Amino acid sequence: MDRSSALVRLVDLAAARASPIARRLIARARASAQEVVDRILGEDFDERVETVRAHYTGLGGDLFGLDAETVRSAARVCASFHRLYFRTEVHGVDDVPAGRVLLVANHSGQIPVDAAVIACTLLLDAKRPRIMRAMVDHWVGTLPFISTFFSRVGEVPGVPENAERLLERGEALLVFPEGIRGISKPFGQRYQLQEFTHGFVRLALRTDTPVVPVVVLGAEEQYLSIGTLPRLARALKMPVFPMIPQLLVPGGQLPLPTRYRVYFGEPMRLQGNAEDDATVAENAWLVRQAIHDGILRGLAERRAVFW
Amino acid sequence: MRSTTQGGAVVITGAWGSLGRRLVRRLHRRRSVIALDERPFPECPKDVEHHPIAFWRKRVRGILKSGHVDVVVHAAGAQDDRTTLDDRAANVAGLQHLFEHARDLGIPKVILLSSASVYGARAENPQLLSESAPLLGVGASGPLRTLTEIDMLAQSFLWKHPSVDTVVLRFVHLLGPIDNAASNYLRLGRVPTLLGFDPMIQVLHIDDAVEAVCLALVPGCRGVFNVAGPPPVPLSQSIARLGRTSVPVPHLLAKAALQRLWALGVVSYPGAELEHLRYVCMVDDAEARERLGFTPMNDLEATLRAVDEEGWP
Repeated sequence: MDRSSALVRLVDLAAARASPIARRLIARARASAQEVVDRILGEDFDERVETVRAHYTGLGGDLFGLDAETVRSAARVCASFHRLYFRTEVHGVDDVPAGRVLLVANHSGQIPVDAAVIACTLLLDAKRPRIMRAMVDHWVGTLPFISTFFSRVGEVPGVPENAERLLERGEALLVFPEGIRGISKPFGQRYQLQEFTHGFVRLALRTDTPVVPVVVLGAEEQYLSIGTLPRLARALKMPVFPMIPQLLVPGGQLPLPTRYRVYFGEPMRLQGNAEDDATVAENAWLVRQAIHDGILRGLAERRAVFW
Repeated sequence: MRSTTQGGAVVITGAWGSLGRRLVRRLHRRRSVIALDERPFPECPKDVEHHPIAFWRKRVRGILKSGHVDVVVHAAGAQDDRTTLDDRAANVAGLQHLFEHARDLGIPKVILLSSASVYGARAENPQLLSESAPLLGVGASGPLRTLTEIDMLAQSFLWKHPSVDTVVLRFVHLLGPIDNAASNYLRLGRVPTLLGFDPMIQVLHIDDAVEAVCLALVPGCRGVFNVAGPPPVPLSQSIARLGRTSVPVPHLLAKAALQRLWALGVVSYPGAELEHLRYVCMVDDAEARERLGFTPMNDLEATLRAVDEEGWP
């Protein structure tokens, strides 16, 4: 198992300096630390990262600047949230078709933790590990460090050409057709699916890509928003400014430890002419309906929010 | 000499430039070559007809008329020099005249050597720009602006005059033992980069660029082509592969410093080039690969190493 984990390294350092009497105790601590790391990342974590690296090396490198080492470090952090904090329950991830695929999900939770959780699922829980690609807003590209980090973990600037190119290369692309309307819903509107934009349908039809509806439960309750302040958002040049009282409580800045549930639906093959608005709208409705049904079914099955 | 060569003459403007010079050497044994450059051309091969005048002079029409000219390759546009407004006007208007001569004299082909920088490096760019992307390098100042104007001129000529096969080749950053922005940049001992930014870049070996021009000489081939080299890499990686250290500088500081240095005449880039260290400006070269049959011969390692090759003073 990989020894570069910060936790293990710290224990190693302590072991080197400790007196022989303490050594046995520390060895036991080390073993249990390793156990925790294994439980968070999974025993085959390195193997998974290597599979991903080999995939992109085989393609002659990633056009958008994805880097396996950055993915590894980001996955370590995300995995502890995914496995320990949110204890995500995953359904149907192995039904996601290999090759190009559009993952269409409901968007919620004030900050896009849902995207990170879906990415963790594809990398750590699927039988065939793969990188989830997603698109970020242009202004992210103007931010130093953040723009570089995003491009190294596989996010790409949100331009239609980029989406097509990713699918041509057989990637799994995540789309939130609700956009900002979905993620910034106040608590009272939780699990009410907002209107869908239609770009993803055109994309799927043009590139003949299967669409997998994805339902995420648990994100809605991580931050309780009581509404938005559009004027303040405009003044701060932010897309939206949600009012989240818990942020004022010490420790409330972390999302609440709700239990995430991710359901991957049956792959859908959309049919029709990408240039015909009526066909496109109809297809968008079909996908939205699939997600809507999934949400209702998931909520009916769910016994509690936090476990 | 002309009896041993096939077809008509190739006229090369800016023949003493880094691309022009290599093109002359590459072609002079196979075809008759007429070189135009106001600068002295000491290494000019004996069988090349060298006219020491700028391409915008009136006499050029006579030269084009007297020789049996098949192709005009305009290599004088892709200069990275500090140009004055007068130079720029002469350059752009001169090209207009060159195009008109070609049309009037029935010269079948004109090739413009341009650069992918005409698209401009922007946060909104798609990862790979196709030939139909807007040319947003116009907003820039200095040589890049001239080049963008020239490129647009060539494009409109391409559509307006079907009798002339106009070809525009937009090269990504050219590397080699040459004096241009990209090569000079990578040759710096400590390479300044922008703190927190590391865009993907495309590079092309100068010899591969010459090869692309040769492919474009084929009669009947016309259009705009993006020409790129080996697969793209992050800027930081290309610097590291050359064994150089990068020095990250905050963007605002770098911009102010560059503008100051430009005003003092220390550097030859007024600042627009800085955006290339920040945002992507990469091209889709599918057209060149499919329609020109272009494949770069030099891999990334060879292309990068070319900046340190012999031949650079």
